[in-house]
Amino acid sequence: MANLEEFREQTRAWLEENCPASMREPINSDKDQCWGGRNWVFASEEQRLWLERMAEKGWTAPQWPAEYGGGGLAREEAKVLQQEVARIRARRPLESFGIDMLGPALLKFASEEQKQRFIPEIIRGEIRWCQGYSEPNAGSDLASLQTRADDKGDHYLVSGSKVWTSYADKSDWIFCLVRTDFDVSKHQGISFLLFDMESPGVSINPIKLISGNSPFCETVFENVKVPKENLVGELNKGWDIAKYLLTHEREMIGGFGLSRAGTESLGQTAIKAIGASNGRLAEGGIRSAISEFEIDELAFALTIERVVDEAKAGQGTGAASSLLKLYGTELNKIRNELLMSVGGSDALTWGSEEKAEQVQRWLRSKGNSIEGGSSEIQLNIIAKRILGLPS
Amino acid sequence: MALVLNEEQQMLRDSAKTFIQESSPVSALREQRDRGDEWSPELWAGMAEMGWTGIAIPEEFGGLEFGYVGAGLVIEECGRTLAASPLLSSSFVAASLIADLGSSEQKETLLPAIAGGEVIITLALGETGRFDPDTIATTAVAAGDKFVIDGSKSHVLDGGIANRFIVAARSKGDNNGLSLFLVDRDAKGVHIETSLNADNRLVANLRFESVSVSADALLGEVGLAQEAVQRALDIGAALSAAELLGVAQEAFERTLEYLKERKQFGVLVGSFQALQHRAAQLFCELELCKSVVLKALQAIDQDTADRSLLASMAKAKVAKTAKLSVNEAVQMFGGIGMTDEFDIGFFMKRSAAASQEYGDYYYHSDRFAHLNGY
Repeated sequence: MANLEEFREQTRAWLEENCPASMREPINSDKDQCWGGRNWVFASEEQRLWLERMAEKGWTAPQWPAEYGGGGLAREEAKVLQQEVARIRARRPLESFGIDMLGPALLKFASEEQKQRFIPEIIRGEIRWCQGYSEPNAGSDLASLQTRADDKGDHYLVSGSKVWTSYADKSDWIFCLVRTDFDVSKHQGISFLLFDMESPGVSINPIKLISGNSPFCETVFENVKVPKENLVGELNKGWDIAKYLLTHEREMIGGFGLSRAGTESLGQTAIKAIGASNGRLAEGGIRSAISEFEIDELAFALTIERVVDEAKAGQGTGAASSLLKLYGTELNKIRNELLMSVGGSDALTWGSEEKAEQVQRWLRSKGNSIEGGSSEIQLNIIAKRILGLPS
Repeated sequence: MALVLNEEQQMLRDSAKTFIQESSPVSALREQRDRGDEWSPELWAGMAEMGWTGIAIPEEFGGLEFGYVGAGLVIEECGRTLAASPLLSSSFVAASLIADLGSSEQKETLLPAIAGGEVIITLALGETGRFDPDTIATTAVAAGDKFVIDGSKSHVLDGGIANRFIVAARSKGDNNGLSLFLVDRDAKGVHIETSLNADNRLVANLRFESVSVSADALLGEVGLAQEAVQRALDIGAALSAAELLGVAQEAFERTLEYLKERKQFGVLVGSFQALQHRAAQLFCELELCKSVVLKALQAIDQDTADRSLLASMAKAKVAKTAKLSVNEAVQMFGGIGMTDEFDIGFFMKRSAAASQEYGDYYYHSDRFAHLNGY
């Protein structure tokens, strides 16, 4: 393990030198997160520099192959990098559906040409991707989707509508599930297409949510021309890609249940807000509830660690993604409920952008257990696929 | 350290499973209870032969020095079949106190005897109904080269069969620190009253009336036992969590099997979504429990700074989950789950008792908060 220790030292030194001071401060608002893309306006020069430097090393996607611009790190090295980043409480240089969802699917299913074209720009944060999955009549029952792509010789013509497309209005490209065969069972006629959101025929309507924000959109396609080379994998085999990608999405959303680097523990937040009595958080009921939450939060983090370690040792149970999605999102909802209780009436402030953030985060968190396969869908998957309970 | 078992540990778990399933299935507990026995000296001899009684004891004192992760694997398998033995109280907790505090002479005489299963020693600490290791009123007064102990202890685990007790007492003038004394069960002034618990295990309430012990009965120094007691209680909590994990998993698996067999309304009851979702939820909780138990035991083996925090996390999480597991089991078994003829009730009783041992959910979740600064 001498090499690993050497890698740690080098990484530590590099991060010390290259991570700007302001990128080590806690994330206070959405603007502190960098999403990249053609139209991205950096919140600061440091935010731009941090992305540029990390992307240069491929460390926005540490384990992706170096030939496409990834970090090319082994799992152990990536873990060291993660630990060192956490040590200095550095922010993630790039939030990206390209990295968290699309990239792993492209690496597995795309042609060599497609990989060379799309993966480097994902790593550098140049193209921001959105996901075209759910439709007005295909939510939990995703495979019943109706958006069609008709074969027109050298291109497909896409028509239909998608809903809950996260950040469609800010995205450059979409990875989209379309129906290419209406005469077979619902899982078999689906294909996986990539296209530019600036294509003629794409219209985007942001949906105002209970939080007052509009991170989701309804996206309508009217005869959108998509070159055939943008089909990923085989025609009508898109459901396999969709499922593979969903497991990554679940793991990402499940990760919301974990404390982020640079955020203080709920117990610390509460004792500052509420005060102490005899060295203990003054509100006994909230103290018990926070303790219950933090035990689960730590147990959940350890379970992610165990799942990864077991997979590495070849002892994996395999079906962990549903568990992670289910538990992580439920934990994030509890965290937000507790933060609302800790804040009391102050936490309800509406209307001012700065002050309303907690109430908005709380309302937003309610969607975590709906999107990416609802908690009930995850429970179904666990019951049937893992526990083998009958239909 | 990776959160996985190494090859040696996997082999230990497999051999423990085989041994305990053969020599002490749940039916053995039923037979013991019906006969009026609370434990089985034959099983104990078998455990000693397997080396379990010395699993956490250093090699130089006749143990296997396999560590607490190993001890956890063994006790978890005992939890699965509800096998009763003084492994936890004597071989794991009391042995750790002697190893931490004992003089060379005490270690040389007592540890090999514990490792061989020949002597059973148990910690007599708590004096209240609920677990509360800080409320100790028992006193030890120095008188020449002797100490005189007065006070009482309640719910002493395996107190009915232990040869000796490690008695926690306070002495004046020692900043009210804790001292530990080895006291023979037959010593003059020791009164033992045993009491049978719902899980068919015998605990003892002890009374010490002017019990005179010589200076060499002192374990460690006067008033300075606190740290070792803390460690022993962390060991107790984490291993108790491991045992409960076995209880909870077995109850869950038996329930799952039942859901796949039992028919009502012409279909298997396991096809009902109301039950499927509860089973799936419980599965998730049990997965979290596996992680916390392994992590806490690794922390004890490595003596990390967050050992106490992780031990409390483990016991709190598993105690809460075990309660859910046995409650769901009885509910899903339905009427048959309420009958004595059926084994699942044994799991409910053992879960309740093991949850109290070395502190329950409420004790440990509060301690977790305290250790985290709130």
